[in-house]
Amino acid sequence: MSLIRNITLKIWRQDGPAAQGRFETYKVDSVTDEASFLELLDVVNENLITEGKEPITFDSDCREGICGTCGLMINGQSHGPEKSTATCQLHMRKFTSGDVITVEPFRASAFPILKDLMVDRSAFDRIIESGGFITSPTGGAPDANLIPIPKPVADAAMDSAACIGCGACVAACPNGAAHLFTSAKISHLNLLPQGQAERYKRTEAMVETMNEYFGSCTNHGECEAACPKAISIDVIAIMHKDYRKSKLKNRKELARNK
Amino acid sequence: MAQVINRQRGPVSGTATRARKKQPFLLDLYSTSVGKKYVMALTGLMGVGFVLVHMVGNLKMYLGREDYNHYAEFLRELLVPIFPRTVLLWILRGGLIAAVLGHLHAAVTLTRMNRQARPVKYQSARDYQVASFASRSMRWTGTIVLLFIVWHLLDLTAGTANGGNFVRGDAYNNVAHSLNRPVVAAAYILANLALGVHLFHGVWSLFQSLGWSHPRFNKWRRHLAGGLASVIVLGNISFPVLVLCKVVEVHS
Repeated sequence: MSLIRNITLKIWRQDGPAAQGRFETYKVDSVTDEASFLELLDVVNENLITEGKEPITFDSDCREGICGTCGLMINGQSHGPEKSTATCQLHMRKFTSGDVITVEPFRASAFPILKDLMVDRSAFDRIIESGGFITSPTGGAPDANLIPIPKPVADAAMDSAACIGCGACVAACPNGAAHLFTSAKISHLNLLPQGQAERYKRTEAMVETMNEYFGSCTNHGECEAACPKAISIDVIAIMHKDYRKSKLKNRKELARNK
Repeated sequence: MAQVINRQRGPVSGTATRARKKQPFLLDLYSTSVGKKYVMALTGLMGVGFVLVHMVGNLKMYLGREDYNHYAEFLRELLVPIFPRTVLLWILRGGLIAAVLGHLHAAVTLTRMNRQARPVKYQSARDYQVASFASRSMRWTGTIVLLFIVWHLLDLTAGTANGGNFVRGDAYNNVAHSLNRPVVAAAYILANLALGVHLFHGVWSLFQSLGWSHPRFNKWRRHLAGGLASVIVLGNISFPVLVLCKVVEVHS
């Protein structure tokens, strides 16, 4: 174990959703290189509380990279400089003594800032809700492997299902687009046999709900670079193809029911 | 958690989306960002096809005045006698103008949408990881190319910006006189470099936008974009360079 010393943190403080924010500077004399970035903020907050000041508000939950709750813009990158890593698993050994680290909340009109570094990401919930349900038999547990799924398909669906919904893709996108999130959710179910019954209804609804809140994709690829689960922008191409198919199929289905 | 999102929405249920305005199918498709990107990609594809053919056609400059002007006349006589002279040419021009307008409308509306998606910018410097110069300068290179196209038409189609040497029907004379002006030649070179940068991102990007993705061939999309952009730019830039070097004779 070694210590990282003399860290200067420039952290965005904002008292409430409508308040004017500003950067405030905090000094940390030393922290172990094993500390996660969130633990560094814990240290800063302990000091602030001791001094009788308002601690910094930030989101965190599992602190093991699977819940998608944490998410900060660290030195201009979603989740900071470590690839395929959420903020909670970004360790101080990625930094060196004397570093100046700037921390900002994720910014997008669909992610309004609640306080300091905490944003409201419920626009993602709206997208998920619009996707609805999949038809699957309930009752007694089905036998294993009742529905055959080829291994490459299962693997591809799993890669998409790895999305933890943290919003780093939106934060990293120069356009504030949520295409990587939405397409990961869409491709996850669209690749699998269980997702086929509602495939086209789901794709159309999710893309159009996404469209209400977020920007457009210009294929920079920043989302893929920022994603803590390294989800490939290939899933965006899957969504772009399925949306077109969905519009055509749904139009035909609706015409049939007249 | 407080619901701060203040957009007007209907009730949230398992499958609720906001009731969309009833509109014709294509307009409905175009109302989403994904639909606008289809238009962006398809009109872009028409543009790529055009600039490639345009460049190849212009290479006839190196065969001499007769071959070059013969090719220009061939374009006017496309599909004669099915169509009267220049009719198909005008149909093609109409298609290209529609493509430019569609590309432009999609670009403007998407840009506006993106601005709305992040009205408050990051207050500290962003550290972009993979966004390239090409991808980040599309709006600039696109604007340069658009302005160039307008001027290019005034120069060599209408003839009003040709410096008094314009002879209708003598394409070789017109292009040689035009490019013999060093300032004009420099503008052509700059505009074509902008076009190349635009194509380098655009050609790759259109595959993503149209959902043309194949794990086996995806890596070739970048190579195709780079190769196509290079061929078109090198071909186009050779014209002003070789005119200035007197390889293409102005008074032959």
